Amino acid sequence: MTEKNTNGLKSGSNLERILREGHFAVTGELGPPQSADGAVIREKAELLKGYCDAANITDNQTAIVRMSSIGAGAIVQQEGLEPIIQMTCRDRNRLAIQSDILGAYALGTRNVLCLTGDHQSFGNHPTAKNVHDLDSVHLIQMVVKMRDEACFDCGDEMKGVEPRFFVGAAANPFGDPFEWRPYRLAKKVKAGADFIQTQLIYNTERFAEYMQKVRELGLHEQVYILAGIGPLKSPGMARYMRDQVPGLDVPNKWVDRMTEATKGIDKDDKKARRDAWRQEGISIAVDLIKELRQVEGVAGVHVMAIEWEEAVKPIVDGAGLLPRPELSPLPPSDPKKKAS
Amino acid sequence: MMNDRENAFHIVAYCCHYCAYAAADLAGVLRLRYPAEIKIVELPCTGRIDAREILLTLEHGADGVMIAGCLEGDCHFQDGNINARRRIERLKQTLSEIGMDPGRIEMYNLSSAQGNRFAEVATEMTERIIELGPSPFRTMVRIEDAVESNP
Amino acid sequence: MIVAEQKPLEEIKSLIADYQNVLVVGCGTCVTVCFAGGEKEAGILASSLRMATKLDGNTKQVDHLVVQRQCEWEYIDPIKEQVDKADIVLSIGCGIGVQALVERFPDAIVVPGLNTTFLGLPTEQGIWEERCAACGECILGLTGGICPIARCAKQLLNGPCGGSQNGMCEINPDTPCAWQLIYDKLESQGRLELIMEIFPSKDWSNSRDGGPRKITREDLRLAAEETE
Ligand code: SF4
Ligand code: SF4
Repeated sequence: MTEKNTNGLKSGSNLERILREGHFAVTGELGPPQSADGAVIREKAELLKGYCDAANITDNQTAIVRMSSIGAGAIVQQEGLEPIIQMTCRDRNRLAIQSDILGAYALGTRNVLCLTGDHQSFGNHPTAKNVHDLDSVHLIQMVVKMRDEACFDCGDEMKGVEPRFFVGAAANPFGDPFEWRPYRLAKKVKAGADFIQTQLIYNTERFAEYMQKVRELGLHEQVYILAGIGPLKSPGMARYMRDQVPGLDVPNKWVDRMTEATKGIDKDDKKARRDAWRQEGISIAVDLIKELRQVEGVAGVHVMAIEWEEAVKPIVDGAGLLPRPELSPLPPSDPKKKAS
Repeated sequence: MMNDRENAFHIVAYCCHYCAYAAADLAGVLRLRYPAEIKIVELPCTGRIDAREILLTLEHGADGVMIAGCLEGDCHFQDGNINARRRIERLKQTLSEIGMDPGRIEMYNLSSAQGNRFAEVATEMTERIIELGPSPFRTMVRIEDAVESNP
Repeated sequence: MIVAEQKPLEEIKSLIADYQNVLVVGCGTCVTVCFAGGEKEAGILASSLRMATKLDGNTKQVDHLVVQRQCEWEYIDPIKEQVDKADIVLSIGCGIGVQALVERFPDAIVVPGLNTTFLGLPTEQGIWEERCAACGECILGLTGGICPIARCAKQLLNGPCGGSQNGMCEINPDTPCAWQLIYDKLESQGRLELIMEIFPSKDWSNSRDGGPRKITREDLRLAAEETE
């Protein structure tokens, strides 16, 4: 491909530039409301702004209907926080996805995260028909093709502006079969993913084992890997995640730390207990980041504190990742190009 | 005569040859009384029972059906009685769907030595059926028709 | 085989509510071996309906018969007379059987008594599992003989998703993860290279998405029909 006037960047997104310049990136996550209330998004964006380089805007997460990730992402963009538009294969076929990609780009968003999507049986419309025309690997290929070849999935050439996204994908190092996971990541890299956000990591030893394999395959040099971090809220939540959530691996040491956090606090003092737990959850998250940062091939962290956006600042701060790097504005792109 | 037949309760007891039927026999030998409403049909094994036969029995006017087999674990054909139990459970659901009290059918297990147990369950079943009242089909079906429609 | 299950009696009753003479038509092939629409089930259903409608105070005449294969003209043509006599035909063949009756007997009112559920097999007595979704372009040769279209909840071609855990699918701890099965199979046969490359997106036009499908075999057609 001939390099278009993109300053040598694929998308020019803040996230892309942070990573390219070698900074340890921080992304956050913002769940749109189950309503048409844009104010909620503005409030949440305010809690994340300045503490992360970009924030994922979830796409009907856990198959529960919410404001669209593109709509919410556009609002976040207006608020001065860079969105990463999540896009699942569950709800749209290749036509719908491509048209959404065009729309999302026209609205000014520059990052997209390609996902398969949680099965609809988990959500609030279990009787829905799912789509899965493509899987997440195909989705990556398609968005990359739209960007790099300026053509649609069918091969038709795009006339005019092509959507230039920084393309992300997810990886779960703890899904089964464990030995296969690095190879599945390799497929996503081959498909053209620029960055990867992992599932929540609590078991750092197992993650290190996974990364060892990832490095053997040389994947860490072809893609930016952001390790998933999520603060625990209570020992109950820790146990639930340990025992009930498929694809999560929560070692007992964290459950114990959460349990011990309320030592010496009166059982009836609910508020004090809650605060102590939250404090401990944040401090565990900080410890995890510090540990994961040492792992070769980890280019950043993805902090998921859904419905607890306030936690992002102390976590990022505690991990010594504030202030976030300020990037100089990009030179304007070629006016000739713009007019086309 | 006709009247008698129409007023009396009829409970068909499908009994397996090796246990329940032998127990019923023993009850007779021991001169134990069990209700006259019970009409025994001998089967090689309760595993032989077919949901369709039980339904037809009810459709043709029986007020209740009991199926009696060997104790679980003692079936002469290994697990015919367990298969029967599962079928009876499903059939009870069908009866509910039809709009009939599922209590009109019941499965019992007893050994060939339990003559008194046979008398006991026969009495129990009869009391239950009398409590439930005559089958709605009894008055609707004449035995002659029934025989004709199910050659 | 085609696997089906009887509809709830309540629903069947409402389907036949307005008709007096009901003919239950079973099928001696797939639905017989999955115990949904064979001779026995036809008998039970007819008996159940007679009893149920009697109890509702609107006694219906319900007869039943079974044809060897409800999806072929030659097997259903002989029941024309009974079909003509009935006010309504309650088919307990699969959805194909129902439609075959509809096509062959244009005046008859035919309703289904079964929910045709999937293409599968009995994995053990009393348990049936789905195996194929008739996608029109079989890829079993590339997936170790395990179908991700029918057996992966998300029809992934580059699985497994992140929810696969301990061999089970995220949607249900009783459902094996198809991709774990594929991985295990290929791994044990030393053929993992089959799934190392990206499996391209599927051409769904061969599947139901391309509209109703039809196969024509000229070599098998009769000369008379061809010139029709
Ligand atoms: S790949 Fe298609 S044809 Fe082959 S088993 Fe799966 S659904 Fe059936
Ligand atoms: S867990 Fe396995 S079978 Fe279930 S959706 Fe994911 S890949 Fe498919």
